Amino acid sequence: MDKIIEIQDLIKQFNGFKAVNEISFSVNRGEFFGLLGPNGAGKTTTIRMLYGFSPPTQGKLRIFGMNINTDFRKIKAKIGVCQQENTLDPDLSVEQNLHVFAGYFYIPKKEAVERTRELLDFFALSHKKDAKVMELSGGMARRLTLARSLINQPELLILDEPTTGLDPQSRHQVWEKLEELKKTGLTVVITTHYMEEASQLCDRLVIMDHGKILVDGSPKDLIDRHVGKNIIEIEGPDQALIEYVKEHAIEHDDLGRRLILYEPEGKGLNNIIREQFCNEKCTYRNSSLEDVFLHLTGRELRE
Amino acid sequence: MIDSALFSWRFLRVWKRNLVVYKKIWKVNFLTPLFEPLFYILAFGLGFSGLIDNVKYGGADLSYTEFIAPALIATAVMWNAFFETTYASFVRMYYQKTFDGMLATPLSLEEIIIAEITWSATKSVGAATIMLIVLGLMGFIQFPLGLLLIPLAFFGGLAFGAIGMFFTGIIPTIDMFNLPIFLFITPMFLFSGTFFPVSNLPVWVQPVALAFPLYHLVELARRFSIGTSEISPIINIGYLTVFFLFFTNLALGAMRKRLIQ
Repeated sequence: MDKIIEIQDLIKQFNGFKAVNEISFSVNRGEFFGLLGPNGAGKTTTIRMLYGFSPPTQGKLRIFGMNINTDFRKIKAKIGVCQQENTLDPDLSVEQNLHVFAGYFYIPKKEAVERTRELLDFFALSHKKDAKVMELSGGMARRLTLARSLINQPELLILDEPTTGLDPQSRHQVWEKLEELKKTGLTVVITTHYMEEASQLCDRLVIMDHGKILVDGSPKDLIDRHVGKNIIEIEGPDQALIEYVKEHAIEHDDLGRRLILYEPEGKGLNNIIREQFCNEKCTYRNSSLEDVFLHLTGRELRE
Repeated sequence: MIDSALFSWRFLRVWKRNLVVYKKIWKVNFLTPLFEPLFYILAFGLGFSGLIDNVKYGGADLSYTEFIAPALIATAVMWNAFFETTYASFVRMYYQKTFDGMLATPLSLEEIIIAEITWSATKSVGAATIMLIVLGLMGFIQFPLGLLLIPLAFFGGLAFGAIGMFFTGIIPTIDMFNLPIFLFITPMFLFSGTFFPVSNLPVWVQPVALAFPLYHLVELARRFSIGTSEISPIINIGYLTVFFLFFTNLALGAMRKRLIQ
């Protein structure tokens, strides 16, 4: 298969601290690939190495089969990047942001104007083309950043938390646009904190923590492999239940006041709990990617 | 250390970005170089001329206003370039993240820095040209010789833009630009043969003035507007060229250290 990104044993070290510690993965053409992980997991560091912002300390990193150190111009000409921070040019209008950015790619003026018109239209920003960037809402600014990252018709789109800080309406609108882009066969690498976003969009993803990749697979695959189909949450579990769980080696997370059981398939655990152990409140639900994420990366805060 | 693959004419696109922005605000920016020389000439010409005899400079006998007029252009070149690559570039780099956005394109960091320095020199040319017209109309500049002040402004702007960019690369916060301005730019403004000939200074201080890039720019400005100067223009041009190359190199190193992580 046509590999767009190939990473092997990649390391990024900052003053002795390994922010990315020997990770390996590859992304195929047309894939929508997710990088998930808590704050400080190394997602942004990884992504910055991908688009040549940050040179790797060690390991192999090839994009379109080329080396980022020697072929950075060829690679960057075919990449679109939507950075986590707002890097729109506040000195320029919405339209000028795209025109000027096109200039950095040596896109001919006429084509730049045409692309700008199309992109503003696609992202529902045409009515704001003369506005100052500062006047845009958070959602609009993010859509403009997305539009800007597509100005060079990239073969690979890199999105670093494209929906963080947006209200639900704006977030869904961005998802919708990303879905549409996915249909065009664009290869996308995305980092996100929203599991819903990842399950909906990603064909395949990795979950990172402490600079390492913990697991990789499709969202469904990861759910099946790591938490099973169903989950039972029990408030105020009693000793008898805890013993039962241990005795039957049922996969669980014990949070003290709350016990989370990852129900093995076909064991009828659901009924046993309901009949014997449900003292206060029990919730039976389908498992999600969020369960996989929390199960693997733990529940303590990352600050 | 210099990798030629990192430099290309693509830097002109960043230069052009600054021009696009400038076109929106040029009407305000245009007033300073228009009025500044008028104020100085009025203050020093009318106010001081009664106190000061003619100035002996480079073998010529000049009225005080004739003496300072070319230096005003040189100082404007310095201020324009230095302010652009310090405050303005710092805002673009630090607050607006403009460079970060550019680094996601085929531009190299080196091209962005070269473009910023070149742009600052362009602003110097703009200011110098307006001042040249004003001072020319007042009869302080010989033509066509004085037209050489336009390329000179670009050349001098590169030197001051480069050192400004170096400070932008190393300074932690924007208020700290006060330091190089207070310790470097202001003394230079006063002691570079701008308001009195360096030969008037005690002999032991003169070498200090000769180390100031502004001294060399002022010298060249006089050479190109009244046809005389204290030392050979070859030395002045040589000094400024070395100064520009030296600080461009330092600026590139500082910015790499600051932005490439």
